[in-house]
Amino acid sequence: MHTHTQEQLTFWERFQERYFSQSKIGKIFIYVVLTLWSMTTIFPLAWVFLNSFKDSREIITDTFKIPSDPTVQNYVNAFETVNIGKSYLNSFIISGSVVLLVLFIGGLAAFAMARMQFKLRGVLQALLIASLLIPAFATIVPVYRMMIQMDLVNTYLALIIPHTAGNLPFAILVISGYMATIPKELEEASVMDGCGRFRMFTKVFLPISLPSFATVGIFVFLWSYNDLFSSLVLVSHERVAPIVVLLSNVSSQYGTDYGLMTAAIAMTVIPVLIFYLLAQKTFEKGATSGAVKG
Amino acid sequence: MKGDKLYIFLFLTPAFVITGIFLYYPFVENILQSFYKTDGFFNSTFIGIDNYVRLWNDEIAREALFNSLELMLYVTIFQVGIALVLAIMVNAITKGAGFYRTTFFFPIVISGAAIGLLFTLIYNYRNGLLNEILVNLGLERVLWLTEQSSLYMVAIPTIWNYVGFYFVILLTAIQKIPNDFYEAAELEGVTGIQKMFKLTIPLIVSDLKTCIVLAITGTLKIFELVYIITRGGPGSSSEVLGTYMYQKAFEDTAMGYGATIAVLIVVLGLSLAFITNKLLQKEEVTY
Repeated sequence: MHTHTQEQLTFWERFQERYFSQSKIGKIFIYVVLTLWSMTTIFPLAWVFLNSFKDSREIITDTFKIPSDPTVQNYVNAFETVNIGKSYLNSFIISGSVVLLVLFIGGLAAFAMARMQFKLRGVLQALLIASLLIPAFATIVPVYRMMIQMDLVNTYLALIIPHTAGNLPFAILVISGYMATIPKELEEASVMDGCGRFRMFTKVFLPISLPSFATVGIFVFLWSYNDLFSSLVLVSHERVAPIVVLLSNVSSQYGTDYGLMTAAIAMTVIPVLIFYLLAQKTFEKGATSGAVKG
Repeated sequence: MKGDKLYIFLFLTPAFVITGIFLYYPFVENILQSFYKTDGFFNSTFIGIDNYVRLWNDEIAREALFNSLELMLYVTIFQVGIALVLAIMVNAITKGAGFYRTTFFFPIVISGAAIGLLFTLIYNYRNGLLNEILVNLGLERVLWLTEQSSLYMVAIPTIWNYVGFYFVILLTAIQKIPNDFYEAAELEGVTGIQKMFKLTIPLIVSDLKTCIVLAITGTLKIFELVYIITRGGPGSSSEVLGTYMYQKAFEDTAMGYGATIAVLIVVLGLSLAFITNKLLQKEEVTY
């Protein structure tokens, strides 16, 4: 078999053939490359976590060593000097509300889009797809002016409303795509049982579509929790600022307090990481189906 | 179904009222405001295309535009390239595939702000990660963020941040290829690296195209990493359209001009996505 094909191979292909794919060396090479890349993702974070338990002096002198005298002082500082607890709370209030609103309003709209017949359906569908192309930059100036006029700047609502609006098209498209695949028989059966449209939604379609709600919920949460741009514009005041704004302030105001910086990074990353390890599949699906999001 | 009209109205209204007021209206309004000059918050004067003329002559805007395009080139090549190599490699192994999948993907879930702060610490002159490694190896410290290097220094975390994302898309695509294809290829005598070029890559061309379009349009949305790591500096050597738009609209309160830059970002994104789609148009393989 090989003598036949090898004549058609160039020298380079034959070389690769011999050393990379057919042999043990090839396998080892693959593992070395993969391990190196995974080091680039693990090592920096491990470095941050380790250092967050050292005092700033030890971070400078022994940055790669295991903490000799582990301390939680950096975390205490994060709570006392920059009030990271408050930012945490703000982040969860804002992003939590966004997720609930998007799932509720988007879920209802998705149900109508997927299972009911009406004239404007095609137009609305096209509109939803087009709105995935709108980046936050393109709406922020008018949104900011509207928020000033409504006197909402630096309240939770100032970020909750535009985040909800920005994520609804994505949510409706993903959830209605899922609902469209549910067999018509289920719908007919629930009509037989005397369900109206609303009960049909809560008793049949919502439970069956839960995986798509989870996917959308996770992605919307991440997107909202991680969005620095709109947060800086709309909710930068300490009272309402989410954790990403705090991180940005820490970097400009406490740029020499390494202990505080490492603790702040660790605290921002840890909840999301734990969450990710628990629901990895849903995360991957959410992020990749959110690919087209503006 | 009978009586559906009412439900259609009830179910759709909340969603389209909210997106109508806070997404579609601002989008249109933004285009209108790009024709106004704004002083402070409420004084707007219609100035026609003056903002666009100003944008055309604005040296910093031009630098931000070229920086964005340059970033786009690096980011697209390396994000998609590295992701493709990693995906093919992970597909070739059985042991540990899950571990690599997890570790490659997780930078995606971390906020740009945290990654920015992390890389600030890595690049730090006094005791950043890189300089400490150099010192431990007995070498001199290096100033990592200079006018020459700053753009590369923000390109690296951007690439690092998103490789896992394209990796998952491509790996999923590769794993969808039916085994028969490989078996048939082996009967034909196609093996190893050849298999990759003659079979795997042609079969995932449409997914690669999606990745490239996403990488290109994604680069235009870069804000966090640049804002935190360099603030567009030193000078304006790493300024990108996103950070420049923020600076003009909200730090210099030139909102009309900021709106103009936002229009440029949208137009650029749409045309680049369109062009890439056209250029990469190829018959798609279905199986």
